Amino acid sequence: MHISEGVLSAPVLLAGAAVAAAGVAIGLKRLQHERIPQTAILSSAFFVASLIHVPVGFTSAHLILNGLLGAVLGWAAFPAILVALLLQAVLFQFGGLTVLGVNTATMALPAVACAWALRPLLLSQRNGRAALGGFLCGSLSVFLSGILVAAALIGTGEAFQQAALAIFLANLPVTVIEGLVTAATVVFLQRVKPEILSSALT
Amino acid sequence: MPGLDTPLSQGRSLVHRLDPRARLLGLVLFSLPVALAGSLRTALLGLVLAALLLALARPPAGLVLRRLAAVNLFTAFLWVFVPLSAPGQALFHLGPLAYTREGAALALLLTLKTNAAFLAVTALVASIAPPELGCALQALGLPEKLCHLLLMTHRYLFVIQREYLRLLTSARARGFAPRTNGHTYRTYAWLLGMLLVKSWDRAERVHQAMLCRGFKGKFYCLADLRYQTADALFLGAALLASAAMILVGRAA
Repeated sequence: MHISEGVLSAPVLLAGAAVAAAGVAIGLKRLQHERIPQTAILSSAFFVASLIHVPVGFTSAHLILNGLLGAVLGWAAFPAILVALLLQAVLFQFGGLTVLGVNTATMALPAVACAWALRPLLLSQRNGRAALGGFLCGSLSVFLSGILVAAALIGTGEAFQQAALAIFLANLPVTVIEGLVTAATVVFLQRVKPEILSSALT
Repeated sequence: MPGLDTPLSQGRSLVHRLDPRARLLGLVLFSLPVALAGSLRTALLGLVLAALLLALARPPAGLVLRRLAAVNLFTAFLWVFVPLSAPGQALFHLGPLAYTREGAALALLLTLKTNAAFLAVTALVASIAPPELGCALQALGLPEKLCHLLLMTHRYLFVIQREYLRLLTSARARGFAPRTNGHTYRTYAWLLGMLLVKSWDRAERVHQAMLCRGFKGKFYCLADLRYQTADALFLGAALLASAAMILVGRAA
């Protein structure tokens, strides 16, 4: 879910860049040197996962998984998403330079906030609670990302109202799928390797 | 799944021979006036300049056209929705909504800007191989940890992708066919969970191997970055282009 370059207005771009810079600074400060290989390799796993297309009715959607990223990486989600966007620019030429901040902020802010708020559920030993936490974390962070993207468009000008509404509505089915996939992944991780979830959240 | 190699970074063109740092600075100089352009003339000038630059980089045409089509899916979306909500003189009506002339003009402006930015990124950033990009960003003063993350994330993309494709192959060998149902989503979730577990374990081994080789938190850059006359000329030209776009915007 990106906004491409050359669409947003200067105040929106600046606000996004400020939020992203603050988040990345906190994420890097809290990232210890010996955790860099782990964070980097998990980021590559999330990058690969975001290329998976899952079928939705007659079409398919690609996974975003920012909720799960927030749960696994915590504040490091900010630098991880910035790196992913840079790599997307190099590999696929998506996005651009001036929207880097807005795109980082719209994806990372909900991820960190949802994972932090839903911590008790995500870390629960009971499958049902962990699944609920995973569903809420996965779906809410994509939902909030959609709202932030819509807000960035509306903040640019009233001419974007219909476009923002369309993006918001198109995002709703993705929200449900993200929730389902994140819920099942969280339960899987709780059973197989709980430290992946607990290392960033505790 | 799309390929992760960077065919555009292979080349011997004029652009490829520039210092990656100069290319990144050039992109900054070019992107700001394009992103903030309010007039059609500025955007058109930006598009022409970016196209010239891309011609100098001589990328494979088919690949660029395919990527260009993908970028313009978003602009097509803007052409549908922006004129419906922008106030102004109606060109035609769609039920209760008016498709306005002013909205269409705005959509045209955004299309030009988006394409100019895409062409510039393709010419200047896609022509840098990712390992060089990490070094160049670090040399430009970005935080060291961020550049390490970039280098290592890129290094392991291919390894992790192969790991994922192996998991997918074994799921298919057991009769997995993706459909719109809970079973499909659960299977993908478990594949993803397994991928994270494998990545976690791999990271531990990689870190131990790095420690064995005396890693002390510093990556040594193997790309040789040299700032030469051609780079200075290029940055001068980028500065002129940037100033020209700002002046054209003022005059309009």
